[in-house]
Amino acid sequence: MPKITYREAINQALFEEMHRDPAIIVFGEDVALYEGSFKVTRGLMKEFGPERVFDTPISEAAIVGMATGAALGGLRPAAELMTVNFALVAMDQILNHLAVMRYMFGGQVALPVTIRMPGGGGHQLGAQHSHSLEVHFVHTPGLKVLYPATPVDAKGLLKAALRENNPVIFLEHEGLYNLEGEVPGEMEPAQIGRAAVLRAGADATIIGYGAMTHVALEAARTLESLGLDAEVIDLRSLRPWDKPTVMQSVARTHHAIVVEESPPVCGIAAEVAVNIYENVFDQLDAPVERVSGADAPMPYAKNLEQACIPHAEDVVAAVRKSLGR
Amino acid sequence: MKKTELMHVYYLMRLARGFETRAAEQYMKGRIGGFCHLYSGEEAVAIGAMWHLRKDDAVIGSYRDHAYYLIRGGDPRKAMAELFGHEDGCCKGKGGSMHLFDPALNFFGGYAIVAGECPIAVGLAKAVQLKKEDRVVLCFFGDGATNQGVYHEALNMASLYKLPVVWVCENNYYAIGTSVPRASARESMAQKAKAYGMPVYVVDGMDFFKMQSVAERAIAAARAGGGPSFIEAKCYRYRGHSMSDPATYRSKEEVEYWKSRDPIPSLKKAVQNDFEVGEEEFAAVDARVTQVLDEAVRFAEAGHELPPESRIDDIYAE
Repeated sequence: MPKITYREAINQALFEEMHRDPAIIVFGEDVALYEGSFKVTRGLMKEFGPERVFDTPISEAAIVGMATGAALGGLRPAAELMTVNFALVAMDQILNHLAVMRYMFGGQVALPVTIRMPGGGGHQLGAQHSHSLEVHFVHTPGLKVLYPATPVDAKGLLKAALRENNPVIFLEHEGLYNLEGEVPGEMEPAQIGRAAVLRAGADATIIGYGAMTHVALEAARTLESLGLDAEVIDLRSLRPWDKPTVMQSVARTHHAIVVEESPPVCGIAAEVAVNIYENVFDQLDAPVERVSGADAPMPYAKNLEQACIPHAEDVVAAVRKSLGR
Repeated sequence: MKKTELMHVYYLMRLARGFETRAAEQYMKGRIGGFCHLYSGEEAVAIGAMWHLRKDDAVIGSYRDHAYYLIRGGDPRKAMAELFGHEDGCCKGKGGSMHLFDPALNFFGGYAIVAGECPIAVGLAKAVQLKKEDRVVLCFFGDGATNQGVYHEALNMASLYKLPVVWVCENNYYAIGTSVPRASARESMAQKAKAYGMPVYVVDGMDFFKMQSVAERAIAAARAGGGPSFIEAKCYRYRGHSMSDPATYRSKEEVEYWKSRDPIPSLKKAVQNDFEVGEEEFAAVDARVTQVLDEAVRFAEAGHELPPESRIDDIYAE
């Protein structure tokens, strides 16, 4: 099977789905002529022409509004926001329009809109370019939220998003774009709402998503050398999320550690933890451990920034605390 | 215009005005909750703007949306039932007064975040352009919208992509209680729009004939691929911003002045200038409107809300 990067996998998904469905259009800041600020849309305009792939002004709110309107008009827009940070400018159009319209109009309309946006920290981009904002979207009924960690999931999930008849927030991690992995040439869409067990283990369950999936995997390798056998689950889909897979695993290992890059307050880890308590409390041998980003805006200085992002050793420590070993 | 057409304009004006009167009555009776923004006084704007639209053209607008829906051909019964929050309302009672919607009429809704509909209009028009259709998108908003950031983004993009949008600014001089000169560095909405390189029109929005004539040109240009146009319709709402606003920020004289320019008597006069129309013909239309609105209220009174368990329906499509 060919090895390609996370970036190329997303690009392949766009190519394949745009060939399959002429209703898909791609637009955003610098996505056409410049081929994307992260080069995710490389070759798209050449292949599909400047009508289906076009640049927009720096107008995030109107980019999202245009996507919503184009969907009302019968198209399947796949808009790109240059980074998730800029989505904050468009939050009214995302949360107060796109997400609620189907409901507010009594189910008379479906809005097949995908909004791709890269995010995450680790590149010394400071407080305004390093956000992990998934919680804000996950909190909102009407949206689906996907966050692939691997090239194969990036392709499979984006294909699923582009066939979905609902608004999808598709989060990409900037630190994963060069990550390589095996990806089939032609592949079926992944299933939205399904987690992946990336490593089977018996002693503890580490639950992550996005870049934190890799932090969890690295922690599991370290734990193995210490004689501890951790299972690693990648959520992949944050809304809806795969409760059964998580609960079955925790019921078996009796220990749960949730890893997130974003700050802990009202976060994904908190949501996963409370669901574990509600569903498999009796199976737990220890409280759920959260490993979260710092409860602080992201600093610029390299050492400070790194101190804000969870690392494998943090996860190892949390697992050992949970196990008491 | 033919006599039958003019009598239909008269019917629409009476219908739009009468619906608001009934809505106010029902609101006072406590049957309509939340916000309820009435269009009374501005009827000539919406009827004139939409007069030359085809059925397949798209209309989108703000939360003061009862008239848009009715003029577009919406069922007054479904509108009133929606205001009541009932299952047989046009949005099953999930939208309410501010969020009427019917895709079958190509009416794409009332939106309650000021200027929120503007970029959505851009998207509707982009779809028209990409499908190489000759449909037009008509977007209503108020003077207050012109101070929102996304409004300027939307106007810029519509001009940039040469999209078939007709922007219709209902300048009724007040954004809730803040008058135009207290909120906008320029009192002319048209002057603000000019910067985006499109034809702009300033028109007396109390006059149906002037309104439809300007809209006809703007619609024709959009349909022919000429891109967007901007219409500033100077008009007045007789009521407060919503039912909960007593509008104490306006003088009695000001309100009386605008009421003296009411579009309904002036339309009547214009019809009588061109045609032999007796009072009984107008009275017959009035009676028909009364009948339609009686029926709308009866329909709404007879309906009921969705059961509570349906609160989680209609969030996601299959």
